[in-house]
Amino acid sequence: MFTYTLRRVLMAIPTLFFIALAIFLLLELSPGDPLADMPLTIPPEVREQMRLALGLGEAWYIRFFKWLYTFSIVEPSYMLASVTGIEGLAIDSQRIISFQTRSPVFDIVAQRMPQTLWVVGLSYLFGILIAVPLGVYSAYHQYSWIDQMGAFVSMVGFSLPTFFTGPLLMLIFSIWLGWFPIIYDTTLIVDSVENFGRQLRQMAMPVFVLTLYNTAQINRFVRAAMLDNLTQDYVRTARAKGMTERVVVLVHVLRNSMIPVVTVIALGIPTIFTGAIITEQIFRVNGLGALLITWIYASDFPGVLTLSMVFAILIVGFNLIADLLYAILDPRIRYD
Amino acid sequence: MTDTFVIRPPRNQWWDVWDQFKSHKGALVGMVVFLAIVFFCFVGPYLWPYSATYIDIRSRNQGFSAAHPFGTDQLGRDIFARMMKGGQVSLAVGIVAMILSVFLGTLIGVLAGYFRRVDGILMRLTDLFLALPLLPLLLVMSMLFRQPLASIFGVEMGIFLLIVTAIAVTSWMRTARVVRGDVLALKEREYVLAARSIGTPNRRLITRHILPNVLSPVMVSATLMLATAIITESALSFLGMGFPPDFPTWGRLVADGVDYLQQYPSRAMLPGVFISLVVLSVNYIGDGLRDALDPRIRGR
Repeated sequence: MFTYTLRRVLMAIPTLFFIALAIFLLLELSPGDPLADMPLTIPPEVREQMRLALGLGEAWYIRFFKWLYTFSIVEPSYMLASVTGIEGLAIDSQRIISFQTRSPVFDIVAQRMPQTLWVVGLSYLFGILIAVPLGVYSAYHQYSWIDQMGAFVSMVGFSLPTFFTGPLLMLIFSIWLGWFPIIYDTTLIVDSVENFGRQLRQMAMPVFVLTLYNTAQINRFVRAAMLDNLTQDYVRTARAKGMTERVVVLVHVLRNSMIPVVTVIALGIPTIFTGAIITEQIFRVNGLGALLITWIYASDFPGVLTLSMVFAILIVGFNLIADLLYAILDPRIRYD
Repeated sequence: MTDTFVIRPPRNQWWDVWDQFKSHKGALVGMVVFLAIVFFCFVGPYLWPYSATYIDIRSRNQGFSAAHPFGTDQLGRDIFARMMKGGQVSLAVGIVAMILSVFLGTLIGVLAGYFRRVDGILMRLTDLFLALPLLPLLLVMSMLFRQPLASIFGVEMGIFLLIVTAIAVTSWMRTARVVRGDVLALKEREYVLAARSIGTPNRRLITRHILPNVLSPVMVSATLMLATAIITESALSFLGMGFPPDFPTWGRLVADGVDYLQQYPSRAMLPGVFISLVVLSVNYIGDGLRDALDPRIRGR
C-alpha cells in the first residue's frame, strides 16, 4: 500500500508540471495584451516601461520558472503563515500579483472561495444524499415506477443544461412566485435568524440547479453498480445463510457497490468546481468562476494562470484520492 | 429427431440492429424529435419569409402572433427565424466538433491499442488531458485566439473553426480510452492472428478487421459527444465567449433573453427548450443505440 501511494503521489508531480507549462504556453502564444485597456495617448516608450514594470520584459522560460517558484514555494509559505498566525514563516519575496487589481492573486482567491464552497459544496452533498438512496432503491426494485421516474429524472438532469434550468427556476420562483431573490447578495452577513433565512433563500436556487445535475450524474452509477452486484453469487449465499434482506442489501451489496461509486464521487468534485462557472454567472454569485471570467476578459495572465492551476491541482488531487480510496476499498487493486 | 429449421435468407446485421432500436420507445421518439428539429433549422429558412437579421424597429417586442409565431425581439427581428438560424449554427458546431473529436479519439485509441510502442506515451497524454481544467481552458482559448483567427478566416468562419477545434481538442479522451480497451482485446482474437499469418499488412488489418469491430462503442460515444458538444457551444455562447452578438446561436439567444426574463420570459425559455430537446433526444438515441448494438441484448 505504501509503495502504491508513493508511486501515485510521485506520478502527480510531473503531471502538474506539464499542465502548468501547457497553460502558460497557451497564454504566452495568445496575442492578448494586458495593456490593451490603457489609453491610446500613452507614448510608446512609456508603454514599454509599463510592460517592463509588469515583468513582461524577460524571456518566457525565465518568467515561467519565476512564476513556478512563487506559486509552489512563496505562496504556500504565506498560506502557512496566515493559517498558523506566525508571521516569520512567510518568505519575504515577491508574491503573484494580479495585473488587474495589483494585489496578490491568492488574497483575491481566498476572498472568493467561501461563496463557491458554500454553493458547490452543499449541492454536491445534497446530490450524494439523494442519489445514493434513490439508486439503491431503483436497483432493488428494478422497473418499478420509482425506478422509471428516477431514470427519467436523471436523464433530464443529465441533458438539461444549467443555463436553461437556472433561468427557468428564476422565472418560476423569483418572478412569478417571488419566493427567492434573483441576485445573490455576497455582502450579507449571517448574524441573526432573519439574515440566516435570507441566506437560505438566496442559496436555494443555485444549490437546487447544481443538485439536480449532481444527482443525475451519481444516480446512474449507483444504480448500475447495485444491479451488477445484486446478481452475484455471494448475495445468494448471504440469503441462504438466512440473513435478513435488509442486511443483505444494505451491508453486503451496498458496500461492494460503493467501490466504483466512491471513485465517481471523488472524480466529480473538481469538475463540479469548474462546471459551477456557469451557475455562478447566472445567479451572480461572485465566486471563483465569476472571478475567472473577469480575469479572462481583462487579459490578466497571472490571475488566469494561477486560478487555472488551482483548478488543475483540485483535479489531480481528487484523482489521487480516488485512486487511493479505490485501493483501500478493493484490495485486488493494490498490485505492486 | 426431425429438425424443422426455417432457413431464413441471410440478412444484413444492420436490419437486426434497426429492429432492436425500434423496440426502444425513447430512442424512437428521440430520433423523430431530433430529425424534426434538424428539418426545422435547415429547411425552415427556405420556407419562412423573414430573415434572422432583418431589423423592423416598428414591430419590436411583439408577442406571439400568426405573422411572428415566437414574437419579435427588442430590435423587431423575427424570433422564429432567429431560432432557425441559431439552430443551424448550434447543430453545425455540434456535428462538426463531434466528428473531429470522435476521429481524434478513435485514431489515438487505435494507435495506442494496436502499437505497443506508442501505448505508454499516448495514454500518459490522455491522462494529462483528463487532468486539465477543461471549461476554464476552453474559455481562455476562445477569448485569446478570437482576434487572429477572425482576421484570417473572417469573423464567422474564424470563430466557427476556433470553437469546433477547441471543443474537439478537449473532448476526445473518453473515446480514446474506450477504443483502446476494445482494440487491446480484439488484437488477441484468432481471426486477427489468421489475417496476420497470411501476411496482411498492419494498415489493412486495422481498416479491415479492427475498425469495423470497434464501430459500436464509437457510435455510442459519438452520440454522447454530439450532446456534449452542443451543450459546450451553448455554454460558451451563453458566457459571451462564443459567436459575436449579432450572430444568433441558441446559447446566445438564451443569454440575450435572460435580460428580458421579467417582461418577455419566452425569449430565454424557447431557445433553452430547443437545446434541451435536442440534447435529450440525442441522449435517448444514444441509449437506444447502445442496446441495439450490444449483441447480448439484441434479439431478446
